[in-house]
Amino acid sequence: MIDIQKIRADFPILNEKIRGKQLVYLDNGASTQKPQTVIDAEKYFYEHQYANIHRGVHFLSQIGTDLYEQSRKKIQQFINAKHDYEVIFTKGTTNSINLVAYTFGRKFIQEGDEIVVSEMEHHSNIVPWQMLCDEKKCILKVIPLQPDGTILVEDAQKIITSKTKLVSITYVSNALGTINPIKELIEIAHQKGAKILIDAAQAIQHIPIDVQTLDVDFLVFSGHKIYGPTGTGILYGKEEILNEMPPFEGGGDMIKSVSFKGTVFNDLPFKFEAGTPHISGCITLGTAIDYVQKIGIENIYRYEHNLLQYATTQLQQIDGLKIFGTAQQKSSVISFLLEGIHPYDVGVILDNQGIAIRTGHHCAQPVMDYFGITGTCRATFAFYNTHDEVDALVQGILKAKKMLS
Amino acid sequence: MKTINEIQDEIVDDFSMYEDWNDKYEYLIEFGKSLPLIADKYKTEDNRIHGCQSKVWLHAELNNGLLNFFADSDAIITKGIVGLLVKVLSGHRPQEIAATDLYFIEKIGLKEHLSPTRANGLVSMIKKMKTYGIAYQAK
Repeated sequence: MIDIQKIRADFPILNEKIRGKQLVYLDNGASTQKPQTVIDAEKYFYEHQYANIHRGVHFLSQIGTDLYEQSRKKIQQFINAKHDYEVIFTKGTTNSINLVAYTFGRKFIQEGDEIVVSEMEHHSNIVPWQMLCDEKKCILKVIPLQPDGTILVEDAQKIITSKTKLVSITYVSNALGTINPIKELIEIAHQKGAKILIDAAQAIQHIPIDVQTLDVDFLVFSGHKIYGPTGTGILYGKEEILNEMPPFEGGGDMIKSVSFKGTVFNDLPFKFEAGTPHISGCITLGTAIDYVQKIGIENIYRYEHNLLQYATTQLQQIDGLKIFGTAQQKSSVISFLLEGIHPYDVGVILDNQGIAIRTGHHCAQPVMDYFGITGTCRATFAFYNTHDEVDALVQGILKAKKMLS
Repeated sequence: MKTINEIQDEIVDDFSMYEDWNDKYEYLIEFGKSLPLIADKYKTEDNRIHGCQSKVWLHAELNNGLLNFFADSDAIITKGIVGLLVKVLSGHRPQEIAATDLYFIEKIGLKEHLSPTRANGLVSMIKKMKTYGIAYQAK
């Protein structure tokens, strides 16, 4: 069960007044707010525990290293990875995907090979592959969208072939909310001999994920979308694949020994963590995971699903409002347009009422092109949002509609 | 003929009547709606100013030493602000336009529309209007 009042009290920013009005924060798809425990942990670390990690013999460096590695273990347990060294700290989802493109891609993908994505991907799961394809003369294939914002498993069956080296696909569409049938997609990829990367940037904070049950090869997500700090992210990879991949960046921490005759790279996970990392961020990402686990990801899923259904029903009653993305399996994302009204204008009028949503193409221009639009208004809900806030959104939209029509 | 600053001051004066954001935006929306659309032939890719959210088109013509602007946007609030910019800058000598300090937007409390996060093309539009001023100054 979710005790909503208690949860809201954990997030100090939710009490903010925006232009004199109570903040209604519905831009959780872009980033989530931080609970007090995360804010406190970061402050405490800098006040009492800070030093560089993995290097010093001194007391503080030991503490920092322990906390950093404990955080890795928390994330390992959260996604049920087999080993903690299969969890690589990165700067975020984009960084994680680029790491795979530069290392796995450079080594294992050759001219004429195929990479498969879907039409609903975020730009960060398109552009790194386009860049790789330009360089390696490999082919990027796209599983097409359907009118309800889903992709078909039958299409994936046809498009993923024996030439496919990698399938890289989102778990949840950031622009539409569609939850993809990743279990089936992972099976198909493996049947055809391909590896598969799941972009969990919009899933990790909403849906229980077990990388071993899924048997996924790579899973990536950002810390800031799961109530943790910005500038942190995770690349999970199966040990045997990570071991075969060359390093991404060269530098400190990723080596065993360096000489001008030759350098020996470090073992996992350090091989992929060159340079001083975002120490406080990676540590407090663990604090954020603790917070989420205390509430329970299943509880979060149920609560948000309920809120999504309520919001969908309420918004559908607004005359002239069209929802983009009507899949049966949806995460708490509602993308919509008001007939004849530019989404930017709606966003501005809502902002003046203290309601934060996102407007624009959501870094998913192919999705917008598919629907023949330039952008949408997007409300995305977290477990600290309430039915009252959905009502405020509805009232806000009605006001925007009246002013802009 | 009023100077650029006289027009800016007039707009600041007009907006001082509106205490509530609601009134201000209603004015802006009505003003945006009342503006003539620019001819389709000027809605070219060359005249398009790239914002990531709303589209803005800007066309400039020099007549008798005065620089005239014609502009449009697909978002009505952006169009209202675009209209104010045209009202302030259009019909003046290029050197005046190039040298103008546009203070009215901040004074009427619409500064947030010039923030990069809005990605509405307005900052680029102002820059382009001034660039036209500089370019035509030389002619």
